[in-house]
Amino acid sequence: MEETAIELRGIHKRFGDLEVIKGIDLTARRGEVVALIGASGSGKSTLLRCVNLLERPDAGQILFNGESIDLRAGRDGTLRPAHHDQITRVRAGIGFVFQNFNLWPHMNVLENVIEAPIHVSGLSRRQAVAEAEHLLEKVGLGDKKNAYPAFLSGGQQQRAAIARTLAMKPAVILFDEPTSALDPELVGEVLGVIRQLAEEGRTLLIVTHEMRFARDVAHRVVFLDAGRIEEQGPPSEVFGRPRSERCRAFLATHLSEDEGVTLS
Amino acid sequence: MNWQVMIESLPALAEGALLTLELVAVSGVFGLMLAVPMAMARVSPRGWVKALPMAHIYFFRGTPLLVQIYLVYYGSGQFEAIRSSFLWPYLSEAYWCAIIAFTLNTSAYTAEILRGALQAVPRGEVEAAEAVGMTPALIWRRIRLPRAFRIALPAYSNEVILMLKGSALASTITLMDLTGVARTIIARTYTPMELFLAAGLLYVLLTFLILGGFRLLEKRLNRHLQPR
Repeated sequence: MEETAIELRGIHKRFGDLEVIKGIDLTARRGEVVALIGASGSGKSTLLRCVNLLERPDAGQILFNGESIDLRAGRDGTLRPAHHDQITRVRAGIGFVFQNFNLWPHMNVLENVIEAPIHVSGLSRRQAVAEAEHLLEKVGLGDKKNAYPAFLSGGQQQRAAIARTLAMKPAVILFDEPTSALDPELVGEVLGVIRQLAEEGRTLLIVTHEMRFARDVAHRVVFLDAGRIEEQGPPSEVFGRPRSERCRAFLATHLSEDEGVTLS
Repeated sequence: MNWQVMIESLPALAEGALLTLELVAVSGVFGLMLAVPMAMARVSPRGWVKALPMAHIYFFRGTPLLVQIYLVYYGSGQFEAIRSSFLWPYLSEAYWCAIIAFTLNTSAYTAEILRGALQAVPRGEVEAAEAVGMTPALIWRRIRLPRAFRIALPAYSNEVILMLKGSALASTITLMDLTGVARTIIARTYTPMELFLAAGLLYVLLTFLILGGFRLLEKRLNRHLQPR
């Protein structure tokens, strides 16, 4: 049996009266690339943010490499991490790439990348810098390490953010619409880096609107609709022979829109 | 205009300006040290953590600086308990009374400036820090406070200049600051226009000094901002 990297059991999440996630089970095996697709408001980003508890679910269980994250209910009823040590350790093992990059603007690119390895993992500065330079080379930013984020294009910022995530050597990387905030001509360079990570056999969970990218890179595609998993399977099945009516309707609009996007 | 008396008073006025600068610097540093934890408590979601800094901030922003100085200088000596305590060597001295009043006053304004700056740090930057496994203490030290200081810098330089001018009130409790020296000389020479003009020009000079210092600091700390 293959080992599971991430396992979600019965996740529920509501914002006020709006139930965004209505009981979702999802597993990602080690080395698997899972694409989460669905219309805006279907809950896919919220689900992803529940994995490392950036969003607090109302109910459910989260396992990382088989280890269950201890949760306790807070005053508002949402589940929060019971132990700070555990959640910071688990988060260090789960990378998260944001739609809006969220680089720290007061640090240059290199400082962004070495920040967590030095202060969270306890690496020496020399070693952190050596690894960071290697990673920046890999994402094509070797010549931008001293630049501040505000001086970079969106695509460069997102690649720097991916390098920052990789610097923690995460077992799983979560991507929350990594190309949605980018100009169309910059999408390809970021997808190229993610594709490279997928080919290295990393475990990736990707929320995306790039259907062709999902079809080409993912091992499994999960279609979310109204807070539930409506359909899932290999891309050939979900895209080729969607079983549910909603998935078919969603793909009909999104695959045609997607034709113009070029992938690197 | 009696230019002679103006020039002759300059050395004494310069000495007064030094005391003014010292009052602003010492209470500025103490005020900032008080303001940081107050601002941190002020943005807490817990009501009871917020209560104390809020009471402090509302009192010192809601009352005149002169009243605060009088409360410390005249008010504290009224109580036997204070007169017999270890605080009395300080509270019986005008210099420390001014420092205490200025420190408490500027800490309230600075805490509010910092609170605004802390709330202006984008949520996503804090989430990014959480996502790489930083502890809350580390996020404060490495992300939230450094970001807030940079955001607050322009507004804070304004607060320091206001404090410089507010410090003229120290002369009301016998301190020989810039205004105090001017008033003392005027009492002897009856040349208020000359002396207050000279003192005013020295205040302008000090203001430019402080602004220049902040400009250098901003250039260094905010070099990450995109040039416009």
